Amino acid sequence: MTAAPAESPRPLGPLHVRALLLTTRKVGAYHHLTLSAPGIAERFRPGTFVALSVGAGDAAYRTRLARRSFWVHRVKPTGGHGLTIEIVVEAVGPGTRWLAGLGQGAEIDVTGPLGRPFSLPKESPDQKQVSCVLVGHGHSAAPLFPLAERLRERGCAVTLVLSAPDETHLLAALEARRSARAVTVVTGDGSVGLRGSLEAHLHGILERAAADVVYACGPAPLLHAVALTAEAQGAWSQVALEETLVCATGLCHGCAVPVVGEDGAPRTVRACVDGPVFRGDRVRWADLTGVDA
Amino acid sequence: MSTTLGGLVLRSPVMVASGCGGTGRELAAYADLARLGAFVTRSITLDPRPGGPMPRMVETPGGLVNAVGFDNPGLEHFLATELPWLVSQDVPVVVSMAGASMGEYADLARRLGRAPGLAAVEVNLSAPDALGGGVFDVREPFQAAGVVSAVRRDLPRGLPVIAKLRADVFRAVETARAVAEAGADAVVVGNALPASLPDGRPGGLSGPAIRPLALRCVADVHAELPDLPIVGCGGISTAEDARSFLDAGATAVQVGTALLHDPTTAARLVAELAPEGAPTA
Repeated sequence: MTAAPAESPRPLGPLHVRALLLTTRKVGAYHHLTLSAPGIAERFRPGTFVALSVGAGDAAYRTRLARRSFWVHRVKPTGGHGLTIEIVVEAVGPGTRWLAGLGQGAEIDVTGPLGRPFSLPKESPDQKQVSCVLVGHGHSAAPLFPLAERLRERGCAVTLVLSAPDETHLLAALEARRSARAVTVVTGDGSVGLRGSLEAHLHGILERAAADVVYACGPAPLLHAVALTAEAQGAWSQVALEETLVCATGLCHGCAVPVVGEDGAPRTVRACVDGPVFRGDRVRWADLTGVDA
Repeated sequence: MSTTLGGLVLRSPVMVASGCGGTGRELAAYADLARLGAFVTRSITLDPRPGGPMPRMVETPGGLVNAVGFDNPGLEHFLATELPWLVSQDVPVVVSMAGASMGEYADLARRLGRAPGLAAVEVNLSAPDALGGGVFDVREPFQAAGVVSAVRRDLPRGLPVIAKLRADVFRAVETARAVAEAGADAVVVGNALPASLPDGRPGGLSGPAIRPLALRCVADVHAELPDLPIVGCGGISTAEDARSFLDAGATAVQVGTALLHDPTTAARLVAELAPEGAPTA
């Protein structure tokens, strides 16, 4: 059992624990893993994430050293294990295939919660309901579900927009209706909901919802489109970047994000500790994606 | 038990290697910094560096290849915003420095020498891609010695200079001798070794994959220069690894890549290497 020292100077900071895999469910193209990771669920806030190690047994004898980072999709209580966390894994590489192949009872080293969470809208003084549109692509929609619940608790109007290339890559569209007032689905092949690219529908969706704040998670070009569309409509945007993280804990400076600081000066920050959630208008998109737009 | 390294007193022989402890604050969530032998910062340059393009780090079996490109806020910002906090953590703080020229090294030394609370400086003479990183190329032992003399000359006498050398079996002894003669109080033997990222860009390979090479160099340097304090660095992940470096003649060890896979590694090694009966972390 590895655990962070009890006397952490940041009582709400991340923990490094050995988690127990309680269940694995295959849903469409994804594996949903439910983990008992003591202390992590209690510290979780929407937008924070966890980093998992690939390989069993003693950390010192593993050969795959980069961590695999996942959004926390759900926090729920279970009998006997307290609060558990659920992550969504798409088995695309050796690390994610290893994780997806694990059986119940497997042990995994987990660090979290990591990163800065989504900022929630302030209570509006004139009691006007804040309209929040949450936009997610594929399994990247995972962090939007707990965010939607939190926003609803605060009395916000929540519109959830889920996109995917096809139905098997659409994350939990049915469950989405529990936590959002309205759910819009866009698939590339039109197998469910609207057909086409999310970017093409974005303007209309934000306009209909009269969005005050847009939250988004997905590939950088989509986040860029969200940031631009939100700005054009006078809405704030909060985007959760999915950079490839190696240590995921802020130690290695391997996950550079070009931003503009509050003082207007350009700088490079770390996705894992300075993000992964950024204000859309703070990211220097052309430097991040290599596409000038 | 304490370890003395070229005038620097360490509570534990376990140090955090340059570039693998963030700014210190991130590591503090997983380790009580005050129990560490020393915290070595990422290499600080005179001017801010944005670092290299992504991807900066790629996994390879038993190791990582990195091309971070000296991402750091520059000396002035570091002195104002990072060093004071580190010093307040009651851990010996060693600032790693890298310069583009001899003049820059002298400048760095002069200004670091006035910084309150500093325990030592580590001169990065072994960047895996010095030219690409825009730092002074110290391939030859005489160049390394030149940098160390420039740094030594501009630092207060009592502040130790540690030279970080490449684990190059054919040059390590010669380079260690040259920097010792130029005034280095100790050497770190081992840094990421020159390698390539999969896309062909130059980078540095670190982790367990290079441990046997670093161990060989530590043994060679110790055999030729038995009085020179050595810090072993390269793929150390377990107490057993650390002991093999100490047995080969190292006085202390640095833990780097292992922290990127398991951020609790440093705290665990400190506890496991503490003498029996001593309080453990």
